[in-house]
Amino acid sequence: MMQSLALSVALLACGSVIMAAIVAPMLQHQQNIQRALLCGLLGLTGLLACAAGFSGLMNDGGNIILPLGLPWLPMHLRVDMLGAFFLLVIGVLVFPVAIYSYGYLKHEQRLTPLAIFLPLFVLGMMGVVLADDAFSFMIFWELMSVSSYFLVTHEHQYIENRKAGFIYLLMAHMAGLLIMGSFATIYASTGSFEFAAMRDAEIAPLWASVAFLLAGFGFGTKAGVVPMHGWLPDAHPVAPSNVSALMSGIMLKVAIFGFIRITWDLMGSGDFQWWWGALVLAAGSSSAISGVLMALQQHDLKRLLAYHSIENIGIILIALGLAMLLAEAEYPTLAALGLIAALYHTINHALFKGLLFMGAGAVLHSTGSRNMEAMGGLIHRMPWTAALFLVACISISALPPFNGFVSEWLIFQTALMAPQLDGTLLTAMVPFSAAMLALAGALAATCFVKVFGVVFLGHARSACAAEAKEVDVWMKLGMAIPALCCLLLGVLPALFIPLLDRVPYTLLGTSLLSTLASGSGSAGQTSTALSWLWLTPIGAAHASYSAPIILLGMLVLGGLVFWWLHPKGIVIRRSKMWSCGNPHTHARMQYNATSFSQPLRRIFWDVYQPEEHEHAERRQHKLLTTRVRYVVHVSDMAVKHLYQPIGRFTLWIAKALRHEHQRDIHAYLAYTFATILFLLAAFT
Amino acid sequence: MSSMFFQCLQAMLMLLMAPVLAGFLSTLKARLQNRHGAGILQPWRDIRKLFGKEVVLAEHASWIFRFTPYIVFTATAMAASVVPALLLDTPLSLTADVIALVALLGLARFFLALAGMDIGTAFGGMGASREMTFAALAEPAMLMSVFVLAIGAHSTNLTTMISHTLTTPLLIQPSIAFALVAMLMVAIAEAGRIPIDNPTTHLELTMIHEAMLLEYSGRHLALMEWASMVKLLLFSTLIIDLFIPWGISVESSFIGVLLAFVIWLLKLIVLLVALAVLETSLAKLRLFEVPQYLGTAFVLAFLGLILHYMLEVGA
Repeated sequence: MMQSLALSVALLACGSVIMAAIVAPMLQHQQNIQRALLCGLLGLTGLLACAAGFSGLMNDGGNIILPLGLPWLPMHLRVDMLGAFFLLVIGVLVFPVAIYSYGYLKHEQRLTPLAIFLPLFVLGMMGVVLADDAFSFMIFWELMSVSSYFLVTHEHQYIENRKAGFIYLLMAHMAGLLIMGSFATIYASTGSFEFAAMRDAEIAPLWASVAFLLAGFGFGTKAGVVPMHGWLPDAHPVAPSNVSALMSGIMLKVAIFGFIRITWDLMGSGDFQWWWGALVLAAGSSSAISGVLMALQQHDLKRLLAYHSIENIGIILIALGLAMLLAEAEYPTLAALGLIAALYHTINHALFKGLLFMGAGAVLHSTGSRNMEAMGGLIHRMPWTAALFLVACISISALPPFNGFVSEWLIFQTALMAPQLDGTLLTAMVPFSAAMLALAGALAATCFVKVFGVVFLGHARSACAAEAKEVDVWMKLGMAIPALCCLLLGVLPALFIPLLDRVPYTLLGTSLLSTLASGSGSAGQTSTALSWLWLTPIGAAHASYSAPIILLGMLVLGGLVFWWLHPKGIVIRRSKMWSCGNPHTHARMQYNATSFSQPLRRIFWDVYQPEEHEHAERRQHKLLTTRVRYVVHVSDMAVKHLYQPIGRFTLWIAKALRHEHQRDIHAYLAYTFATILFLLAAFT
Repeated sequence: MSSMFFQCLQAMLMLLMAPVLAGFLSTLKARLQNRHGAGILQPWRDIRKLFGKEVVLAEHASWIFRFTPYIVFTATAMAASVVPALLLDTPLSLTADVIALVALLGLARFFLALAGMDIGTAFGGMGASREMTFAALAEPAMLMSVFVLAIGAHSTNLTTMISHTLTTPLLIQPSIAFALVAMLMVAIAEAGRIPIDNPTTHLELTMIHEAMLLEYSGRHLALMEWASMVKLLLFSTLIIDLFIPWGISVESSFIGVLLAFVIWLLKLIVLLVALAVLETSLAKLRLFEVPQYLGTAFVLAFLGLILHYMLEVGA
């Protein structure tokens, strides 16, 4: 047993969140104190988790055995590099979300369910990251899934919320079953549930593949990988926005964590087979593209963001898949680069997606609507929210100088520096994934121009948008923190990457900094030379990007141009907008979300297969159109062609077996007997 | 220090030459169409005049609309100063590689499209929607065609890529031919030239770029126009750099840079003449044929990438 600062702080964070779960629900009658206590303790948890993550990454982690759980299997907890990094991801978003929640939940009537399940949800996520045996991992995993189910169905008065919650619960448990199967497969080869024993044991290639597939499908379902993403676009929009921020920002990442834990840590890169990486790469590419394509056709703001989560999980998986391929082909340095890119995108996505969901929550809070077609012009009404939301939009669109660009840049570098791999399939797949990444990035930019343009710019399309109010200081503060982090991670990646570099060191036994010859330049204060990015051992390769210089250059140049051109002391004349001479303009003449994505709907017609109905009303004369109605509906192909058939098939079986349920007691005894016989025959 | 001087010189030259070359192009087109044309300095006269004019903003315009011209101009100028035109190894060329270059142009486009939507006119939204849609197809195509060369050079840095092309013996590489065709197609689209978009139109239902600028006036309009001229020069220089870099100065000597300038100018003139002939002889594509055009570019570039792996690396 080895105690350490990181572990103590992590345990303290768990203690703080348990306290929140116990004490806050008791204060049912003092809403204000309850809210303050809940948010205060959650914020404290976030800070402590951040601290634990940092100290775990910088120093060494530790492990502890708690006398909880099964008598022969006490609870093993451990902070290692991978866990420490994910603790950091959790903490860095839980803290601002806690601040945000203090403002967001001000008018919440039923606070008590949130006061129970929000801390439990955070506890579950931290526990998964800390767990060092399969049993505690599964306990915390289920705690996370079940408590998030209650958070999703918080507003259970609406039928669609209950439906979304049910599908979520169903798929989360299927995922849990698969993950348990994966652990069981590894257990069969090692005979121990402890991760330490699993790490040391040898697994036969066949069983390793089975465990990989089970883990891949299990964690993939939870992370929302296409086509197992069906629950995600339904569950995220209906949850309260602070919960959606946590679910999309962290919970999906915890699934990524679980996948890395089983494949990279418990089995290790020595067990990788060539098709593992190829499968992950294919899943990543398809998720990235289909996520963003579906997002483009949404007009529910939070549903759109949910589809973007699928896209970003796809991007993370592209990086992970590249890293797995390269690790299998024995290019550890490049594999380390891919892994770092995946982790960098993980924390980036947590930050900007958390911010986007908080921004969407602020808009929902002020306008009472999630429908983008009813918004417009909010930049005048909610200037702070608009500016912070814009930061997240630029970040997620992978544009400099914010953080999304850095991680996508790293992924591109991994793909480009990858040497030729064996086999035609792999040779074609690496550039193909890079192409899909480029396409997804460009489409994401399109989508976020649409989001920001329709929601915040132009004229208000409805009364609720015209009368929106700016949110309070807590919500603004909660959004400002991740926005600042987005900028910092975008401008100073060279300071952050050495910290991240310790994760591949423990997983691969190699790190980027130690193996790569350092170049010239000062890799200290600024990232002038990014000396760690000499990518091939031959040393000829070279790629560099310096965000501080670009940002500084743009500020200086832009400032000079502005100062030179801007006349001092003259107020700019305002006038009516030009309307082609038509005196009557109307807010509905603006492009809206549906019309903005019309060209893409037409280009990708075969992918979307939209249902379009157009109806022109001509009352007086057949040449005189009085009214036009246009209805378009784009449904998710996976839901239509995969989920609904499975659902119908299940119902059909249930109907066919219905009469077997209503038998007398003898029949039930016979069932039991047959089952016991079968089990005895099968396992003895 | 002298490389720093040449860096500044090159960046200034990119900015100052852009309107001249745009004027050269329009004069050339006028001559091809049996018109006299307004002279190659006309864009400069336009910009100077616009700088002196009063700015009129729409009542509803937010700060996005006001700051976009500065952001667009700065991002484009920043991208232009990174591209080596005269001197191979300049201090700034290390700060942004090709991917960052594409992303800087993406940032400019992002704000341009937002500004188009800010006023709330139908034209602005239309332009923004089209620009972003076509850019979403053009940008990956451009990245793919650049990647063909980047993989060959094991680098995404322009300086390293150019010196790789300069030092390797001249071979016929099918992958680069594919990349070149794709790059030319994308450059025409990105610069908003015929057959994709018509920069001289101002009220046409098929316009793309100009639709977003309709509400701009005065110095804002001047900056936007200037930025799009710089973009044309930037793409031409990028094509020269990636595919025909011979002649660029390797050392930062005055004579070498002067020679490089002359050669660069000659190459630019060849490219612009080709563009003028193309623009005069072609009609604009129908709007919904543009995706097919860009899709072709994307597939060509991707084929180039595959070919590179299949034929050239293994061989």
